[in-house]
Amino acid sequence: MPHTDAAAVALARDGDSEAFRSLVERHSCAVYRLAHRMTGNPHDAEDVVQETFLRAYRQLGRFESRANFGTWLHRIAVNCSIDLIRSRRHQESGADAADLEYFEAAAEDRVDPSPERLMLSTEVQERVGAAMASLSDMERAAFVLRHFEGQSIEEISRALGLKANAAKHSVFRAVRKMRLALEPFVES
Amino acid sequence: MPMSMVHLSDDDLALHYYGEMTASEEHRAAGHLVECHECQQNYGRLTRVLAFVDSAPIGEAPDGFERVAWARLEPALPPRRGGWLSWFVLSPARLAWAALVVVLVIGAFMAGRLTPATTPSAGAPAPASAERVRERILLVDLGDHLDRSQMVLVELVSSENTGSVDISSEQARAQQLLASNRLYRQTAATNGDATVAAVLDELERVLVDVAASPSTVSQEDLDTVRRRIESKGLLFRVRVVSSEVRERQKAAIQERTGQRTLDTTKS
Repeated sequence: MPHTDAAAVALARDGDSEAFRSLVERHSCAVYRLAHRMTGNPHDAEDVVQETFLRAYRQLGRFESRANFGTWLHRIAVNCSIDLIRSRRHQESGADAADLEYFEAAAEDRVDPSPERLMLSTEVQERVGAAMASLSDMERAAFVLRHFEGQSIEEISRALGLKANAAKHSVFRAVRKMRLALEPFVES
Repeated sequence: MPMSMVHLSDDDLALHYYGEMTASEEHRAAGHLVECHECQQNYGRLTRVLAFVDSAPIGEAPDGFERVAWARLEPALPPRRGGWLSWFVLSPARLAWAALVVVLVIGAFMAGRLTPATTPSAGAPAPASAERVRERILLVDLGDHLDRSQMVLVELVSSENTGSVDISSEQARAQQLLASNRLYRQTAATNGDATVAAVLDELERVLVDVAASPSTVSQEDLDTVRRRIESKGLLFRVRVVSSEVRERQKAAIQERTGQRTLDTTKS
């Protein structure tokens, strides 16, 4: 097994499937984590992993050997996730308002625990996960790209095929939902 | 009220947090935040929430995901070297897929030969007919796929209890079935056939496990696979879907036979 990604890429370009296998084994979990965050569910994440490596394999010839393979793969994975999200965009429900109402109601029912307890609490972790899961596909993608990937609103609008204003509002709605869900837990 | 005393909205604060304001907006927001205690508090709450978001649990891949990912990927990889002939020789899964394409083409051709030509006003529109032909051919192939999958499952469930078990034959067939199973699953999901998609999804997970296993497994590992097949009632569910597919096949054949008789009578 090649020791470096660069060596593995060079061999894989020449048709060495074992070398490509080593790249898959090194990077598939990282791609899965990103895809899971972008798509919000494990099944889609698995499909994105598959599509990411297929595209990477087809495009190995275009990979600049001085570049970082992980970074290159990461960009492909983001694009694959976006493609999957866009492909099912029409299926997005109009449940956004209902989601906000749910969180507003939950915020009213809150019990204020101590910050010390919360900092260590798995409940907070679960709450963050649940809040992320409550975002619509577009909101989650826009938010992940803005918050975790550091992309600008303009870049996000291009990636998601939205007008800049729509991309901005997807981020706003996501942030509002996160605040409604989590503020009760972070207020001291 | 002076401009700097107009409070910043939640959305303004989000833009400020992410550095998405224009220079003049940023200048105003920063100035206001220095002066306004209320907005400072609101901004503090936002930053605390987003700091918590950073601690969100990341969906980790299941154990052994690397192997599973490769087992799924390998049959789908296009060739990088050699002529197109070696592509077929080296990849049984692709050979099966190519065979399906050939069957589709021949089927469509034969359907065209056997079905009397009709004018647009005389019968059903041509695209609908072609759609039915495609559906019949896919039903035949899906039925065969389920039968072959059933055989692999049955062999795994009924293999003898000895120390270590050679599953190389089942493994090779699982590898061949994986690529087509994935296509059928995606097609079923796209068509909204949730029951078939769910069964194919569960089947795919077992096929992946088997394909990614060593060719000789311990009794314990084999028992794990068996438990997985049995606990989900997978074999039974595959049989049910297979049986339904066969029924749909029969119905399609009867429909076609009836249609042909009708066409003959008319002519």
